[in-house]
Amino acid sequence: MFINFFFDLKQASLPVSLKEYLMLMEAMNKRVVDSFNVNDFYYLSRSALVKDERYLDKFDRVFGHSFKGLENSEGETEKEIPEEWLKLMGQKYLTDEEKKMVESLGGWDKLMETLKQRLEEQKKRHQGGSKWIGTGGTSPFGAYGYNPEGIRIGQKESRNKKAVKVWDKREFSNLDGDIELGTRNIKVALRRLRKFAREGVETELDLDNTIKSTAHKGYIDVKMMPERRNKIKVLLFFDVGGSMDAHVKICEELFSAARTEFKHMEYFYYHNCLYDAVWKDNKRRYNENIKTWDLLHKYPSDYKVIFVGDAEMSPYEITYPGGSVEFWNEESGETWLTRLLNVYENAIWLNPIPERYWDRISSASIIKQIFSDRMFPLTIEGIDQAMRELNK
Amino acid sequence: MKFEGTSSYIATEDLKVAVNAAITLERPIIVKGEPGTGKTMLAHEVAQSLGAEIITWHIKSTTKAQQGLYEYDAVTRLRDSQLGDEKVKDIKNYISKGKLWNAFESNKRPVLLIDEIDKADIEFPNDLLLELDKMEFFVYETGETIKAENRPIVIITSNNEKELPDAFLRRCFFHYIKFPDPETMEEIVNVHYPEIKKDLIQEAFKIFYDIREVPGIKKKPSTSELIDWLKLLMTDDVDAKILREKDPKKLIPPLHGALLKNEQDVHLFERLAFISRRENENLE
Repeated sequence: MFINFFFDLKQASLPVSLKEYLMLMEAMNKRVVDSFNVNDFYYLSRSALVKDERYLDKFDRVFGHSFKGLENSEGETEKEIPEEWLKLMGQKYLTDEEKKMVESLGGWDKLMETLKQRLEEQKKRHQGGSKWIGTGGTSPFGAYGYNPEGIRIGQKESRNKKAVKVWDKREFSNLDGDIELGTRNIKVALRRLRKFAREGVETELDLDNTIKSTAHKGYIDVKMMPERRNKIKVLLFFDVGGSMDAHVKICEELFSAARTEFKHMEYFYYHNCLYDAVWKDNKRRYNENIKTWDLLHKYPSDYKVIFVGDAEMSPYEITYPGGSVEFWNEESGETWLTRLLNVYENAIWLNPIPERYWDRISSASIIKQIFSDRMFPLTIEGIDQAMRELNK
Repeated sequence: MKFEGTSSYIATEDLKVAVNAAITLERPIIVKGEPGTGKTMLAHEVAQSLGAEIITWHIKSTTKAQQGLYEYDAVTRLRDSQLGDEKVKDIKNYISKGKLWNAFESNKRPVLLIDEIDKADIEFPNDLLLELDKMEFFVYETGETIKAENRPIVIITSNNEKELPDAFLRRCFFHYIKFPDPETMEEIVNVHYPEIKKDLIQEAFKIFYDIREVPGIKKKPSTSELIDWLKLLMTDDVDAKILREKDPKKLIPPLHGALLKNEQDVHLFERLAFISRRENENLE
């Protein structure tokens, strides 16, 4: 019974390990709590198995499912919907008038309840219509249709931006060997990029020097030296807006990790490609931007440059003057990137899109070429490689 | 040994279970939660209720794991050797014990509080893995192994500034102190101020939970701030009626400095109060 519970937790991708399970068993053995009391057992298992408040909610759901036979709303329904129902099929475009006509079912709970009922009643794939689950219809359940209170199933992007809940699994949360990106992992990877130097206040005992000086003078002569610090200097460029919206979370994590890891770090935003200006505050990007020329002159060439972006755009945005989607750029993005690369020898591009798609995106190939192949995926392993490259 | 809460500390049922599991299995317990929900207090109360000694180790950004074990003062010894001090012959004179050593030596089972572990370097918890798991460590200078006679009850608090390593977490019990609901909060307040007036509590709670709900507030006021605020209200002898005041001009609660701790929050709150005042006027 407990073993099943453990596997249920695993299945719900909670990070539980055998060690923790054994710990729980040991606690049960030693009668920490009365084993006939479900509440106490719940508290105990929660304390032994969940190590981060982010997972508490998920744990509660799995627990309820395993022990009370309650519906596990997330996992269960997901499994019950055969994939073929949800294949991208005909798409129904409704006029505003039609949209108004679609009645919502009233309330989230009611919606869930009805969904479950429908799932039980329904045995076949369904498309169109206004009651059954399927695609392209006006039923509150399914994808690619319209209902103001609909639940979206198996659909990548919100078309109408109104669904109450998204069940889509986001692909990039589990890139590369199932390593979950968290700031801790990123920090550890960023640590590859280090150049230690001693500067500043002398706070540490310099043992070698002390011994040498003592032997030389014949009495104790304590020598001090400054603490060893990471002297690396970094310029970070983040692509914002448009296609990057899907990667906001990972960029935030990278940003927060980099900020604690590097003492000398400057960051800038750009859109799609580097042109004649960047900015530091997205709210004021049109008023307070920084000329790229100033930037190139201000920061010496020993800065390491990291670009973060999906490099997904029209190739004209890189190669032609006036190609930018936002304004008339006098000089092409390629010119600006090359200029920057001429100043900073150590520069790399981190791309949140999985590596296998790069070849198919022509703009990504062009950028990769401009960066002489120094483009890396935004995964732990990718960051790791990128930092090694920067250290060269 | 069982922890049941104390007269001055309200422990919820789940917290008691977690603490007792940690005591029985002799494993560390990590306590997280919003600032001001009584994480550090917990260790003191556990010690008090079990009649155990409490050893606290406050972690700073510069704290190294080794400092918790022991430190060897080579420089002093070198200097003493110049002066021909007798002390020099025994290396033990230059080893100062850390908090962990103190805890291991204790002849009655102590409570060891490692406070705000997330302040330290990211590798700090990893450096303590073995020591906390086996409850022993090796002193290189003297060649002795220090082993805990009575495995201390280790309580670790974290404010979530850094993520803790998985290997470390796996060895610990975990408890997240939820923000108390109004009923629990009332118990907590009663423990602190048994003589407080009922209606004052009611009005104060309403304001307090309302402030917590204000969207976009930077630092939500927490239990300890509520306690401070209530104390101020009581010493100033503020009447419950004033708190109930619906006069739009007095929408900012009295002595709000105890609840709102930064300028932006005060501004935000004033602005919201202004908006709600306008809405009220429109309604009338």
